[in-house]
Amino acid sequence: MDWEAFWLTIRLGGLTVLLLIPAAILTGRWLAATRMRGRAIVEAGLALPLVLPPTVVGFYLMIAFGSGAWFGQMFERLFGQTLVFTFEGLLLASLIVNIPFAVQPIQRAFEAVGPELREAAASCGLSRWRTLWRIELPLAWPGILTGTVLTFAHTLGEFGVVLMVGGSIPGETRTIAIAIYDRVQAFDEAAAGQMAAVLLLVSLATIAASYMLTQRIGRRYG
Amino acid sequence: MDKGLTVRLHQQAEIPLDVAFSVAPGEAMALVGPSGSGKTTTLRAIAGLYHAAEGRIACNGATWFDSAAGIHLPARQRRAGLVFQSYALFPHLTALANVMEALNDTPRETRREAATALLARVHLDGLEDRRPAQLSGGEQQRVAVARALARRPDVLLLDEPFSAVDRVTRRKLRRELAELRRDLPMPMVLVTHDLDDVTRLADRLCVMHKGRILQSGSVSDVMTRPASAEIAELLDLAADDA
Repeated sequence: MDWEAFWLTIRLGGLTVLLLIPAAILTGRWLAATRMRGRAIVEAGLALPLVLPPTVVGFYLMIAFGSGAWFGQMFERLFGQTLVFTFEGLLLASLIVNIPFAVQPIQRAFEAVGPELREAAASCGLSRWRTLWRIELPLAWPGILTGTVLTFAHTLGEFGVVLMVGGSIPGETRTIAIAIYDRVQAFDEAAAGQMAAVLLLVSLATIAASYMLTQRIGRRYG
Repeated sequence: MDKGLTVRLHQQAEIPLDVAFSVAPGEAMALVGPSGSGKTTTLRAIAGLYHAAEGRIACNGATWFDSAAGIHLPARQRRAGLVFQSYALFPHLTALANVMEALNDTPRETRREAATALLARVHLDGLEDRRPAQLSGGEQQRVAVARALARRPDVLLLDEPFSAVDRVTRRKLRRELAELRRDLPMPMVLVTHDLDDVTRLADRLCVMHKGRILQSGSVSDVMTRPASAEIAELLDLAADDA
């Protein structure tokens, strides 16, 4: 069992959730309420990682992060290090590929709150922030939880993008999904099976916990 | 008129509107008309939830909307207590918390007491801790009225307040609201299809059709002397709906 890869994966998943979910809440809330003309284009752009093969996303990110692209060059100038084959690069890639998994459930949850409750909150004199904090967030909470769990679970299992952007550097970019692949390549099926079972259990536990919490919330607001 | 509510709205596109009326403090005005006549849009414009193309809305000397001067106060800055047709109660909050939300400019330590008193005023003592889903339609309507009053509004707006309850509950709620109304100092605007609501709750009546006011006046005048066959027909339709 490659515990280093396991904990690196958990750290990657945790950081992705921590950084992406607040941004997804703001984006999802905005998309749920905006009447902007280009909304469909924005939504399509955010959903792209969902329909593109991970290797395609990984390829474009690898090019963009490399020292030949303006983004990679800018990052290198600012932070003095490259993004390709580093944990930071992996985290940034993870944030990008998880956008639809985080934003879409949260956006649907805010849409389900409906304009009438927002109008009622405004009529009650509530500020925008108080409306978000007191009315919308508690009602959209199941969607936020779903977005969090999907993001975390998807990060645990992501393979193609990780391989393209991060490679398989122990302690830096080797996640558990990559470690399983490496073990299979080395005909070490026992270690691969052990890690696959751990990944399966963690994913199952995460999703089961989210379902239980969602049901509890549903019963509370009945 | 400095005191009370004055409304003048005009627009051609989207939803045609051409209305002008005033409501004095303590007076209740009913807007009656078929679906699509613009009565709910007028009410929403007063509340600040709809932005009409042209016009002016003022309440107790404060200008809430003036297209010529570029003034459009958002709903949260207008002291308008609105009872929504579907009540729009916050489903995750108790009856008490629903009312307390609208008391956010009251000192924190007196909010609970004030909300409890408002719920008692609409005969909901003992039900403070229930969520909307645990309340009947009539009880939900009372919470909505208490919440609308919690802002100490300069105008009370009611959008088809009894449409979601059965006939017996409607009669009871109407009686209670009529009693409550006697003590309310602010102007009230009521949107309804039901002429019984008008006769029991309103002092004046505006008959609307296709965004225009066809006739306005005291309830008895308009009901007994409709100015045209069209108005008589509209009032007949309203009576049939009820």
